[in-house]
Order: sequence, then structure tokens, then C-alpha cells
Amino acid sequence: MQALFGQLLIGLINGSFYALLSLGLAVIFGLLRVINFAHGAQYMLGAFVAYLLLQYLGIGYWAALVVAPLVVGLFGAVIERTMLSRLYNLDPLYGLLFTFGLALTIEGTFRYLYGASGQPYAAPPLLAGGTNLGFMFLPNYRGWVVVVSLLACLGTWLLIEKTKLGSYLRAATENPVLVQAFGVNVPLLLTFTYALGAGLAAFAGVLAAPVYQVSPLMGTNLIIVVFAVVVVGGMGSIMGAILTGYMLGIAEGLTKVFYPEASNIVIFVIMAIVLLLRPAGLFGRDA
Amino acid sequence: MVELSENMNTKKGASTVQTAILVVAVGGLLVAPMFLYPIFLMKLLCFALFACAFNLLLGYTGLLSFGHATFFGGAAYFTAHVMKEWGVTPEIGVLIGVAGAAFLGLVVGFFAIRRQGIYFAMITLALGQMFYFFCLQAAFTHGEDGIQSVPRGHLFGLIDLNDPSNMYYFVLALFVIGIAIIWRFINSPFGMILKSIRENEARAISLGYSVGNYKLGAFVMSAALTGLAGSVKALVFQFATLTDVGWHMSGEVILMTLLGGIGTLIGPMVGAGLVVTLQNYLATSDFPVTIITGIVFMACVLLFRRGIVGEFYASRLGKKLGF
Repeated sequence: MQALFGQLLIGLINGSFYALLSLGLAVIFGLLRVINFAHGAQYMLGAFVAYLLLQYLGIGYWAALVVAPLVVGLFGAVIERTMLSRLYNLDPLYGLLFTFGLALTIEGTFRYLYGASGQPYAAPPLLAGGTNLGFMFLPNYRGWVVVVSLLACLGTWLLIEKTKLGSYLRAATENPVLVQAFGVNVPLLLTFTYALGAGLAAFAGVLAAPVYQVSPLMGTNLIIVVFAVVVVGGMGSIMGAILTGYMLGIAEGLTKVFYPEASNIVIFVIMAIVLLLRPAGLFGRDA
Repeated sequence: MVELSENMNTKKGASTVQTAILVVAVGGLLVAPMFLYPIFLMKLLCFALFACAFNLLLGYTGLLSFGHATFFGGAAYFTAHVMKEWGVTPEIGVLIGVAGAAFLGLVVGFFAIRRQGIYFAMITLALGQMFYFFCLQAAFTHGEDGIQSVPRGHLFGLIDLNDPSNMYYFVLALFVIGIAIIWRFINSPFGMILKSIRENEARAISLGYSVGNYKLGAFVMSAALTGLAGSVKALVFQFATLTDVGWHMSGEVILMTLLGGIGTLIGPMVGAGLVVTLQNYLATSDFPVTIITGIVFMACVLLFRRGIVGEFYASRLGKKLGF
């Protein structure tokens, strides 16, 4: 029973990261029509910025949680403005290939500078230790990750569905030319969106730093799983991306209890089944 | 009338250049082992074939597969396994590798063709990663160690392939066969239909073609030829490891094709030559290849999307020659 709840918790944690990352992918894809392969690299960058802030400037976890997404978001904005924006009128595959190259470059650079092995990053003292829930022992930090990522997902959803800025974003998704004709600065909106997605990925990276180790390779293997999550959910809806992320994380956790050998591949198997039964994805609109 | 004759002249220019390139290339490849390290040349041939097989899908059908390492590495594992454990002759080993890759292609293609464009790429990437995890855990691949010291055996039981020059001409022969099959395939009615799917899928459907079957056919064909390259690589290096099935390998073949020129016959070979040479050159330094690969990727997409050969064809000189 202990093992079941333990794995469920790990599944929930993984699911939080899947949800945060697939949410960012969906937001970027919705407006830019670009699949951001560098999303994993931006997640890794977030963790590394937190690690470097602590190492060289002594800036701790709480500040990093704000600073790292801003730094990575700014980096994303520069990339979008100088390079990615030239690719919008082309086949979306070029966007994928460009961001793939970007991911390789970032990953390679950090591997060159810091080696392939992971660096430990301690959880903040406030969240150290754990709580006994009676049926299981809950490390406080992990509980925090689940709660705060859920809040971040909901916040992004609210931003897009309920605010004025969000309504511009949604309108630009439907018809960018018309929105521009109404006097909205669409190119700026695109830059903002890419920065927002990159920032979300970096936020997830800072959250992940104390759970996993900070390593140059932490992003890329994750992003491939997130791609499968995105195929399962379909990129049509923001809420769909969030729900699918959590569902698949939990499914993975459960598989670890009942059939550990398959835990690495269960998400890909689910993806294959969904493709057979509902090719557009569970929440997908586009066929 | 004047225009017509000029047009014929230019066509003639292109075919003369192509014939000249072909003669020089074949002649060069025949005598190359006297000047260059045979293992390096064989590696070059394997990757050139791999890139051409990949281009069959991307260039001529418009499908971007991000999981071709599955067929390359999978075939390498199959060939290595049957050569080492069953002790079959190399031609049987290669055949089994090709058949295995074709089967994998059928399975992956069956799922992947359900979606188009960007989703197709993500699905093939995910299924490729799934195969990677399978290889990591399966018993016959020996996990992290891979299959080591694979015997090259005797071709048809007669010709000893441990001799470097025998091996080189064996690889060259398979390479030429592979390229000939690709050339025949893209110039066949089947290839024409693939091109029409690439240009306008909806129209191909409305003309009554079962687009799905054609795509699957192209996918299996590409996987089988990729398998040929992978099987030969396993024999050349005498091992099969996880590197060959990882997503880095899938990315590498995309880069080769993109750099050389998507949708051209010789572009992928040029790209493969450049990438393999670069890797060999950097192998001795501690500077990671990944950074260069990534930068070249970005530069290709931003600056010359047609690739080196494609840009040449589109240049003034290329147009004058009639490409």
C-alpha cells in the first residue's frame, strides 16, 4: 500500500511537469504554429539558472523561482525576435527543425561546460522534511510541487481564457491579419507568447531542480515524453493539455507499481492506442 | 523554336554534368581505398545510403520522420545478433536486418500515417524512443554493452570479409544496389504518386488514390533501405549499440539530408559526407559535436533551406545547366 501511494505521488509529480510543459507547448503552438523542440532545453535552462544563481550569487530558491523564468523568457524573446520570427510563413516543420537545432546547441553547450552528470540542488529549508499523512509519508517539497504547478496551470488557463490579453491571444490564433488590422501589435504578441512558454518551461525547471538533479540532459528525454502527451491530448485546448499531463503521469506511476518493466514505455503505448481509436487526440479539434 | 532548342541544350547540359559526376564518383569510389582509410569510407557509404533512404520519405513524400534511428539501429541489432549467435553468412545476416527493419517500418508507419505534418514527426519520435527503451531492456541487445565483436563471416561462404578490401567492395556493391533501388523507385509511377501527395494531398485523394497505402508503402521502403545501411554498419564496425537507436541518430540523418538538399538524389550523400567528415575531425578534440550540429541545423533552416545541392540547382549556374 505504501508503495502504491509512493508511486502515485511520483506519478503526480511527473504529471505536474508533463502538464506544465505540454501547456507551454500548446500555448506556443496555438499562436505561432511552431512545435517548440527547445522546450526541454528551456526547462533545463531554468534549473541551471537556479543552480548558477545559488552557486555564484548566493541567491536562493524563492528568488530563483521568479528570476529564472524571467531570464529564460527574455532569452526566448530574443530568439523569437531575431530568428524564429523569420520562419512563420514556411512549413511548420522548419520551426520544429530550427528549435531542434537550438535544443542541441543549448544542451551541447551546457554539457561542455558542466559535464553530463547531475548537480544536486537542495530544497529550501522551509519545505524540508515531510508530513505523515497516516497512510503515507509526504515529503513537503513534493507536496509543494504538486500544489504550485497546479496553480501555475490554472493561472495560465485563466490568463488565456479570462483576461483581455488572453482574448487578444485567442483572436490572433483565429485570424492574425484581422487582429492586426484592429491595431493590435501581433508581432509583439507572438514574441510575448514565446517568452511566456519559455518562462513556463523554466518555472517547471526550477521546481524540478530539487526533485531531480540539475543536469544538461534533463530536458530532452523529458520533451519526447511530453510530445507523446501532446499527441494524446491534442493541441486544440489548453485544459486538455493540462488534464492529459496529469492523467499520463499517474498512469505512469501506477505502471511502476504493477508492471515496472513497462513504466518507461507506457505513455508511448497509450499514445499508440489513442492514435488507433481517436487519431485527433482526446481533446483535439483538428484531424 | 529557338526557345525549344535552347531548352534542349540546357537539359543536355544537366545530363552531361550528371553523367560526368556519376563517372567520377564511381571511379573515385573504386580506387578510394588506396588513398583513404577503408573503415572511414565504409562509414561514409553507410551514412550516405541512410540519408538517401531517409530522403525518400522527406524529400519525395513530404513526411518528416523523427524516428529513423529505429530502423537503422534495429537492423544493426538484428544483423549483429544473427551473425554472432546463429552464425549465418553475411548476405543472410543483411537480409534479416533489412526484413526486420521493414517490419518495424510497417508497425511504426501504421500508427504514424494516422496524423500529418508536425504530428507525424512527433509520433515517429515517440515511437522511436519507445523502441530505444525496448532495446535498453531486451535481453538480446545486451543493454548498455550492446552486441560486441560481431563476426563479419564469409560472403556466400566463400569470400572472407575480414579482409578490408573485400569488405569495402562488398559495402560498395550494396551501396550501389541501394541507390539504384532508390533511383528506380522515385522514377516509377509509384514515386510520381508520392510526389503528387507531397504537393497536394487533398487532390491526390480526390483523384482516387488511397493516399494512406502509398504513404505506408513509402515508409516501409524507406525503413527497409535504412535497415540495409544499418545492417552494413553493424558488419563494418562489428558492433551494434544503443547509440544507433537513440534520437540523436534520427536527428543526425535529418541534418545530413537538410544540409545536402531535401528532395535531391545526391544532396543527402553530400550532406552525409560533410557530417561524417566533421564528426571524424572533431572526434579527436574534446569539443562536443552536438554544438556544431545544432548551429549547422539552425543555419540551414534560416539561411539555405534548399541545402547545398539544392541551392546549386537553384543558382544561376545550375539553372543555366538546366537542373
